[in-house]
Amino acid sequence: MKPENAAQAAADAASSDPFIFLFTVFVLAIFVGYYVVWNVTPALHSPLMSVTNAISSVIIVGALIAAGPAGLDFSKAMGFVAVTLASVNIFGGFIVSQRMLRMYRKRR
Amino acid sequence: MHADFTGIAYLVAAICFIMALRGLSSPETARRGNAIGIAGMVIAIATTLADPGVVSFELIAAGVLIGGAVGTLIALRIQMTALPQLVAAFHSLVGLAAVAVATAAFYAPEAYGIGVVGDIKTASLVEMAIGTAVGAVTFTGSVVAFAKLQGLVSGAPLVFRGQHPLNAGLGVVLVALVVWLCLAEAPAAYWLIVILSLALGFLIIVPIGGADMPVVISMLNSYSGWAACGIGFTLSNTLLIITGALVGSSGAILSYIMCRGMNRSFFSVILGGFGVEGGQTAAANGDRHAKAGSAEDAAFVLKNASKVIVVPGYGMAVAQAQHALREMCDTLKGQGIDIAYAIHPVAGRMPGHMNVLLAEASVPYDEVFELEDINNEFAAADVAYVIGANDVTNPAAKTDPESPIFGMPILEVEKASTVLFVKRSLASGYAGVDNELFYRDNTMMLFDDAKKMTEEIVQSL
Repeated sequence: MKPENAAQAAADAASSDPFIFLFTVFVLAIFVGYYVVWNVTPALHSPLMSVTNAISSVIIVGALIAAGPAGLDFSKAMGFVAVTLASVNIFGGFIVSQRMLRMYRKRR
Repeated sequence: MHADFTGIAYLVAAICFIMALRGLSSPETARRGNAIGIAGMVIAIATTLADPGVVSFELIAAGVLIGGAVGTLIALRIQMTALPQLVAAFHSLVGLAAVAVATAAFYAPEAYGIGVVGDIKTASLVEMAIGTAVGAVTFTGSVVAFAKLQGLVSGAPLVFRGQHPLNAGLGVVLVALVVWLCLAEAPAAYWLIVILSLALGFLIIVPIGGADMPVVISMLNSYSGWAACGIGFTLSNTLLIITGALVGSSGAILSYIMCRGMNRSFFSVILGGFGVEGGQTAAANGDRHAKAGSAEDAAFVLKNASKVIVVPGYGMAVAQAQHALREMCDTLKGQGIDIAYAIHPVAGRMPGHMNVLLAEASVPYDEVFELEDINNEFAAADVAYVIGANDVTNPAAKTDPESPIFGMPILEVEKASTVLFVKRSLASGYAGVDNELFYRDNTMMLFDDAKKMTEEIVQSL
């Protein structure tokens, strides 16, 4: 087998199933989350919850694709519902986090 | 080309979210972290809006405007004491949004490139089913948690015979429905999955009592992340997968920390039935007498102290006493008395709740300490001022193997020279156990509303 063919074969093997690729991303992200979250100071665990709540509403990207096509059908209506709900969370989550974080101050 | 650009933009957004969480490692960097998180969200939304499939913007604009306005209004108005129920409500919305997105994908799979109606890829169907099921469980579970926290229903655990076999049975049926969905792609199967998951979310949370709410909220936080992950797999969207995994692991870690704070196993919390409302009062405790004191007595003790440690609990939040408390501590500090605050991991109704309430009352965060950092200091303290806390100070957790809270880490307030307990009555706390500290010689009970008592002490100082 020529080297470039071997490289091609390796690349094919690594990307053969999109699920494996997504699963790899998933597992690595869990590890990142694990180490980052253990570093969060307990004093900020409430803002942690509201921030994670806000960012999990990134599910809005799926909703935008559903609400985006021309015309009107059931899926589009579902997309609209999801966009609205996720927006409540995004705005609410980030603003309430900001409100909380503004209150933390050091000794004068 | 466009797909590559989208992929890179999503990666940048994901990194922004990681940095947002990273910022929370200290209060100094947290605000910047939050701003980075917002930037990540803007990037994610803008990138998706540039997708060639997104051509109609009216509904999107309407949704963002309505949702954004509602979210902003709620976030600006909410009282910090009501934070736990707010977070529970927000979790329910993530869950419902996940169900809506999965439903949209089921009825219009071509928009997401996962097949056509009637011929959706099997892998996508499985992921869709998981996403919608976890989303639905998150939704009803969070609604129940919200209702309990808001006091719309009793916080007492609702336990009935056959509860666990019923839940397990529903779980098995759910798996069978997913198989049916994959084989036939029947809308009936899909909707049955949704309905069953909604029921399951309700059934999982009803048996869990008020004392375990910090775990429940963290757990639902985690679920909302996994729901996002499920949708991410369905749509082959790496940003959703990464973010969902971050949120999922965050919630799982918080659940673990909360369980450790109560020395409960995660499974015993899930199985539920722990904690009673009200509990027994002093009448049931024979001839032991608690020494009661007045605000003047307390002020006298505090004035003559050189080191005071304040132990706030949920009762302080209920009475809205945090501002009066800070005023009291400022007065004491003005007299050269050393002040520190001790926070138990499960004080309040959600992780870190007490810290937020103290910060709201302008207590500097460097005067507030976690259990492991301050527990050794009680022996050197003249006064422990316990306000609205109970179970987290109960020595029975260390000494009485029969006690339901045995093994729970506690704040060792009994080591202070004098313990001042601000409490309405001798009633037991959420765990339903009596606190022997009330009857000790170096304990003085201050029977009153936490806010009123603290204000009276300030006047006497």
